[in-house]
Amino acid sequence: AFFSHRVMSLFQVNVRDALNQAMDEELERDERVFLLGEEVAQYDGAYKVSRGLWKKYGDKRIIDTPITEMGFAGIAVGAAFAGLRPICEFMTWNFSMQAIDQVINSAAKTYYMSAGAQPVPIVFRGPNGSSAGVAAQHSQCFAAWYGHCPGLKVVSPWNSEDARGLLKAAIRDNNPVVFLENELMYGVPFDLSEEVMHKDFVLPIGKAKVERQGTHITLVSHSRCVGFCLDAAAVLAKEGVECEVVNLRTIRPLDVETIEASVMKTGHLVTVEGGWPQYGVGAEICARIMEGPAFNYLDAPAVRVTGVDIPMPYAKILEDHSVPQIKDIIFTVKKVLNM
Amino acid sequence: CFILPAASTSLPHGGAVRMVCRLVMGARMVASTRSFADFTPQASFDVKKCELHRLEAGPSETAVLTREQGLQYYRTMQTMRRMELKADQLYKQKIIRGFCHLYDGQEACAMGIEAGINPTDHLITAYRAHGYTFTRGVSVREILAELTGRRGGVAKGKGGSMHMYAKHFYGGNGIVGAQVPLGAGVALACQYQGNNQVCVALYGDGAANQGQIFESFNMAALWKLPCIFICENNKFGMGTSVERSSASTDYFKRGDYIPGIKVDGMDVLCVREAIKFAADYCRAGKGPIVMELETYRYHGHSMSDPGVSYRSREEIQEVRSKSDPITMLKERMLSNNMASVEEIKEIDVEIRKVIEDAAQFAISDPEPPLDELCNHIFANNPPMEVRGTNPWVKLKSVS
Repeated sequence: AFFSHRVMSLFQVNVRDALNQAMDEELERDERVFLLGEEVAQYDGAYKVSRGLWKKYGDKRIIDTPITEMGFAGIAVGAAFAGLRPICEFMTWNFSMQAIDQVINSAAKTYYMSAGAQPVPIVFRGPNGSSAGVAAQHSQCFAAWYGHCPGLKVVSPWNSEDARGLLKAAIRDNNPVVFLENELMYGVPFDLSEEVMHKDFVLPIGKAKVERQGTHITLVSHSRCVGFCLDAAAVLAKEGVECEVVNLRTIRPLDVETIEASVMKTGHLVTVEGGWPQYGVGAEICARIMEGPAFNYLDAPAVRVTGVDIPMPYAKILEDHSVPQIKDIIFTVKKVLNM
Repeated sequence: CFILPAASTSLPHGGAVRMVCRLVMGARMVASTRSFADFTPQASFDVKKCELHRLEAGPSETAVLTREQGLQYYRTMQTMRRMELKADQLYKQKIIRGFCHLYDGQEACAMGIEAGINPTDHLITAYRAHGYTFTRGVSVREILAELTGRRGGVAKGKGGSMHMYAKHFYGGNGIVGAQVPLGAGVALACQYQGNNQVCVALYGDGAANQGQIFESFNMAALWKLPCIFICENNKFGMGTSVERSSASTDYFKRGDYIPGIKVDGMDVLCVREAIKFAADYCRAGKGPIVMELETYRYHGHSMSDPGVSYRSREEIQEVRSKSDPITMLKERMLSNNMASVEEIKEIDVEIRKVIEDAAQFAISDPEPPLDELCNHIFANNPPMEVRGTNPWVKLKSVS
């Protein structure tokens, strides 16, 4: 085959493998990094994200815990106090509620309370938000809950590049990072460049990415919904509406500048998230826009697309109607643009 | 109702029937005209002595079983078994989705417990709950229709596998261990109301290390709550064996200051005698008691776990052939002339029909209507508005 003089290798990597490779590389790079959680070792991970790691690194670095979140999260934070760099997996973020005191009171606040004497270099990670048919207790989005707390960094990757670059950054960060993955994204493949595949590739935490340039309206989203925004944008483009799609990548610290710059360009804003509306990520974005320079550029009120304000039902037809769909995004864009 | 004894309705000629009966155990073979009077009305069986913790005396080591009870227990356990296998099939056909944790192998636990408590007593368990949902009174129809997410499901399709409820049955709970303090709370309510009822709070070997369980033990003991804490030890918490999760695998002793009993969970009679003992203990105001039921699940942790990466197929097969709870009961009844092979076969045929009819319903019943989406947020509340996916979608919620 012919190559152009600029050779571009692309690697197809799904989100699960991106996370796996990121952890593998960081485990190799720094001896102090270790992984603990339920089924992470011998079972290869409940969702196979840690596949092969126990075989490679053994019992010392990949630890199967009993089903005791409060206990092992506390143990992980303690290990971070004393010089290690733990990755603490919650099988899903729903189970983190059992341990939330350790995440907030022991991890997030300690550097502050100690006036800088005690950093907590820990990553908490696991799948967040809705899945498929897992019902009310297993479908909650925690972006707003953790995003509320000073002292925590909260990251929400969408694609494989995000997953890889942000996880490596999170592990190298000396602060507690809440890393919100998405189960339905694990199996989705993306093309990654050689640059992204480099073992020192990291993405900056706290910086959003404009995934698609547009002029008429800004769509701001995180995690799986970014994909829905891009799909909606493709449909709307056929009707002459050009959406700018902003992938937050990080929930906290929020990259307000990128959002403001986009809104000042398009004059219209729609936020899209899977979580509940009240006191949510979209609510925060709208409030910040109101309080900042971009407000004067708005030609219409900023609006949120969110999950429905109910516990997640089980039946498929009800579940489908409980989460934002592409058609909801399109509908909302048209309403905001008065179409 | 699963309590009806099969014999009186299933035999074509009423009392006297012509049957050939080959006894399963031993070499005897009887070919004769049989009448009901020929069946042994009741028999006494030895059950395994239970290991005790902080108890001078324990459950009875003999269990009296009447023919009627035996047939009822058989029918119930076999229904549970076939229901779970049907769920397996429907899941593989993608008609059931999400989480599905099957109970086959553990039937003697649910049946034995139900046989030893009253319907007015209370029970709560974790997510491997289909068996208990049935023994606590929900029909196979309503269970399967809940699994398929239809409006005829016991939770109208909104709960799913792990969230089915009935009178004096508090689910079905998705968060490991959380059901145990809840059960202690139900027991507190029983004590408070002076109704002489007890609560059975179940959890698995995986959950047994949860801190909240020990918190529940402490308060239950302190306040002498009528709570029977039961650990269903099926040897694996998802993919982790008990040896790899627990510093002490003597789950019946983990209540420390709370007396404990270790029970053969594959023997429905052993379970029944133990729970009777435990319920009497609690009702006498002596406080909580801990039980460990040694049992086994044939399926993996859930339908997404093949169940053979952490245990061998040989092990599973060995339990099936040597310790199956339904086979054990059947053989006891047959070898003691308490039932006939034909009778058991007819019960099986009836159960198959019940399951098929229920599955048919579960497949054909429509999904819940969309206007059900936002209902049941609050109880006793006037109708309210609920935000949809965007501000222009205003949905209605009624209690």
